[in-house]
Amino acid sequence: MIALSNTQLVMLGTSLLGCVAGVVGSFAVLRRRALVGDLLAHAALPGLCAAFLLLNYRALSARALGEVAAATSAWRFTAMLAGAFVTGLVGVAVVTFICRWTRTKEDAAIGIVLGTFFGVGVVLSSWIQNMPAASSKAGLQTYIYGQAAGMTREDVWFITIVAAACLTLVALLYKEFKVFSFDPGFARAQGWPTLTLDLVMMATLALVTVVGLPTVGVVLMAAMLIIPGAAARFWTDRLGRMLVVSGAIGAASGIGGTLISAGALESVLGYDPLAFGHNTRNLPTGPVIVLCGTALFLVSLLFAPRRGAIARLVRMLTVRRRIQHEHLLRSLYELSEPRLPRVLEVPLSQLIEDRSWTAAGVRRLLRWAGRAGLVERTATSAKLTTEGLALAERVVRRHRLWELFLISGADIAPDHVDRDADSIEHFLTPDLVRRLEAQLARTGRLPPAAVGAVPLSPHELAAHEAHRSNSPSAQEPTDG
Amino acid sequence: MPAPPLEIHDMTVAYHRKPVLWDIDLVAPEGQLIGIIGPNGAGKSTLIKAVLGLAPLASGQVRIYGLPYAQQRHLVGYVPQRETVDWDFPVTALDVVMMGTYGRLGWFRRPGAAERRLAQSCLEKVGMQGYAPRQIQQLSGGQQQRIFLARALAQDAHIYFMDEPFAGVDAATEQAIVTLLQSLRDGGKTVFVVHHELQSVRNYFDFVILLNLRLVAAGPTATTFTRQNLQQTYGGRLTILEEAAEAVRLGEPPR
Repeated sequence: MIALSNTQLVMLGTSLLGCVAGVVGSFAVLRRRALVGDLLAHAALPGLCAAFLLLNYRALSARALGEVAAATSAWRFTAMLAGAFVTGLVGVAVVTFICRWTRTKEDAAIGIVLGTFFGVGVVLSSWIQNMPAASSKAGLQTYIYGQAAGMTREDVWFITIVAAACLTLVALLYKEFKVFSFDPGFARAQGWPTLTLDLVMMATLALVTVVGLPTVGVVLMAAMLIIPGAAARFWTDRLGRMLVVSGAIGAASGIGGTLISAGALESVLGYDPLAFGHNTRNLPTGPVIVLCGTALFLVSLLFAPRRGAIARLVRMLTVRRRIQHEHLLRSLYELSEPRLPRVLEVPLSQLIEDRSWTAAGVRRLLRWAGRAGLVERTATSAKLTTEGLALAERVVRRHRLWELFLISGADIAPDHVDRDADSIEHFLTPDLVRRLEAQLARTGRLPPAAVGAVPLSPHELAAHEAHRSNSPSAQEPTDG
Repeated sequence: MPAPPLEIHDMTVAYHRKPVLWDIDLVAPEGQLIGIIGPNGAGKSTLIKAVLGLAPLASGQVRIYGLPYAQQRHLVGYVPQRETVDWDFPVTALDVVMMGTYGRLGWFRRPGAAERRLAQSCLEKVGMQGYAPRQIQQLSGGQQQRIFLARALAQDAHIYFMDEPFAGVDAATEQAIVTLLQSLRDGGKTVFVVHHELQSVRNYFDFVILLNLRLVAAGPTATTFTRQNLQQTYGGRLTILEEAAEAVRLGEPPR
């Protein structure tokens, strides 16, 4: 192995751990089993303590026999992880059993088992702290709070082996995991041993959890399993890509967290981006890794294309603006409808009244319509251009066909129709409008003459009303 | 005489000790469109699940072409109810259809170009060829149902079990699905369909299985789908069987 500085060694370990946690955690997230990671991490603690007690007992009796304590650190490490692995899986088994045979639901069962196992673990650990003969008590603290900085070369080897094994397993069983996670019933009918697959998935999860404990600690390990997968889901709609992205996010969290907590960011970048100064040397690595993951999750949540919050907001605003534009065109059309095919100049005051817009709102809409070449504007009035009229006809036709459909198909009183139509008509595709029209014509709701044209409004229009009662407020264009 | 596609002997199914199907005896004919009919909670889905080994048999046995299901999986296609899966799962329509080929592929082998072509042709058969790269959440209910159907077609089976394939689909999709099922039948396949819309039964099915916790009747639609049989299937909500099942569940022996 190339000579690595301590920070580089830790970085290698945490990034591998983050990567494999991201990949196996993704399946837990997709199967809505995210809390199982939490359970595994907490239920591992009594196993750690029990293994520690057992080792100590052996070490003591060995010494009594006059032998040198044979328990090397690697052996110790493995034994304690094995203990954690076993009680972690026992915890999962107990939850499964409770769900299956009692009325307690899964979330409650997880809460109960998680708390109980962790409680037993804490009691055992405080007992160990008080034991006079315990040779190394410090070890246990490491597993509860995590201590990445103390990572040894053997630790990194161990993480590498576990990561390689888990990633190979996921690669080999990708197809099986995919069908089982998506549709367990179908997978079972197809002959896949779903119980075994479930166990294998759970075992990889437990293995990664247990290996990660010394680095990030009991509580934060669960977050390492869940956060990368949840973040990755924002970026893609394909399972394979999601696993890759999730692994990358996990690895990046590991690297970022290690660099920040080692104060190495400054030496790598040449300046201190977080302006923590030398205080960062005292930051615990585990929590910083998890916080790095959280930062990446927030970035994903906000900025991911299509599924991200900002992309959704933009989409929503675009739709809302289009709806406003269509309302403007319809108002202009209806206000000038009684004189068609002549297009009238509509005073702004009338537009404002027609849809209870604000004056500023109408001006903004008209500015848009002017730029798009749909209306001609003066300071106090607006008039549809030829293109504007054509577009307005399409909008009004769609609106009224939908209204007619609602009245005939959904038994809604004509005077309520306007508002219902408003919310949906903007989303009707041309094909749907054609089918709507054909159906209305076939059932006699639409006079044959109106097919392909703008039908009459099925209800009284305030716009027309204004026309009749007042002296003509919309002015006939003066010819020439 | 060759073995029938489906043969059920003395089958009782129980969930948590509560029997949901009692003592079913049934032989289904080959190459027919078969409706499984009955009221809500009659055990229609359970019947299918028990045949496919997804529900525990308390007693009895099931034979597919004369052999247990475990040996005949490759002959069977399955369309589960649409609500049983999470449609937000990160897979495309084509991915889902391709899952139909996984059973044949066996352990570790990945689907390749041949499987992709087959899946694409199955999408065409259900009229969804243009939707292959769509994430499945972006499909309408009817389209999702067709994807499930295409996946079953990709299983390339002799017998199909479909759990409520018409639930939540529009009239046009229902018609398209029926046409597809009829063409399967005309191709010699046997198709079982859980259905609860009584008006269409005569038009859709050649053979009906009337179910309400027990087998009420099974036979050709013309002779079996009668007023009397329907009354037996649907009449009297709380039957003796239901009360008995409830008593077993409560676990209190009669005094």
